[in-house]
Amino acid sequence: MSSEWPLFEVFIRGQHGLSHRHVGSLHAPDAEMALKNARDVYTRRNEGVSIWVVESARITASSPGDKGPLYAPSESKIYRHPTFYDIPDDVEAM
Amino acid sequence: MEKNAALFQFLCRMGDNTLVLGHRVSEWCGHAPVIEEDIALANTALDLLGQTQLWLELAGTVEGKGRSADDLAFLRDVWDFRNLLLVERPNGDFGHTLLRQFLFDAWQNIILARLTESRDQRIAEIAEKAAKEAAYHVERSSGTVIGLGDGTDESHRRMQAALDRLWPYVGEMFCGDAADQTLAAAGIAPRPEDLRSAWDAHVNAVLDAATLARPDSDFAHKGGRDGTHTEHLGYILADMQFLQRAYPGAAW
Repeated sequence: MSSEWPLFEVFIRGQHGLSHRHVGSLHAPDAEMALKNARDVYTRRNEGVSIWVVESARITASSPGDKGPLYAPSESKIYRHPTFYDIPDDVEAM
Repeated sequence: MEKNAALFQFLCRMGDNTLVLGHRVSEWCGHAPVIEEDIALANTALDLLGQTQLWLELAGTVEGKGRSADDLAFLRDVWDFRNLLLVERPNGDFGHTLLRQFLFDAWQNIILARLTESRDQRIAEIAEKAAKEAAYHVERSSGTVIGLGDGTDESHRRMQAALDRLWPYVGEMFCGDAADQTLAAAGIAPRPEDLRSAWDAHVNAVLDAATLARPDSDFAHKGGRDGTHTEHLGYILADMQFLQRAYPGAAW
């Protein structure tokens, strides 16, 4: 039966102000049921204040084989990191 | 009926409904057709057991004989249970279990909403907590009944068969007695009869969407609310009470 149901990826916002984080996946007949299943499977211990579900097939992902062209060019660009600024002392966290 | 006796009766009815149905639903743990439904059903069972704890604890307090929720759950025999016959029905197939859940959830959602306005503050507080759980239960079971009723030929056939089979156990939810009259007059609980129209409205809408035909019989099996049960409850209690009967006071 579950083989007939599409796979959904589940994202949960743990607290207000935080972003949604991927927590896992599940099967459901449609998005509404996926939301209910996510509530039952992933928020039993008070983990969240908001749930997103998205059909896994709808996600376009980068391919591991492309990691050279995708990521290698940024390795030597240290000037893209904001490490050359003098941070005033009263700025606590950057 | 004397008010305290009526109140004890009412609280046992509420607590025994959730206890027996919670036990029935928990029988699915590890057996549901897919893991998502397995976990959802186990959650529902746990919600119902949590509500049982509250109702039966208050029942013990109202009775005033020092009995705890555990005493009432594990040390009463069949004839002292006050649950609806509906909730002790065997699980049958998954569709049958979900349809039984739906018929009960629709009722429980309505009565709990009314009980949040009870003049007995203790009852209003329990209802307030349980109503949030029941609102989710009825949303979930309504959705599943629609999905399976308006699903494949086989799922439709199974849901219609379950509905026809369980329909004679619906009427008991709406049959009041002297205890109900006493509590209604005191503003503590609604008359069961007065819940019917709201229940009909919700159930009819769901059955329509599910393309299921509502049986037109009003015949109702009764007796559970007074302690006259089907043979199924004895088996449930044998399972549920074995440990406390064989090893009195056992704890872990």
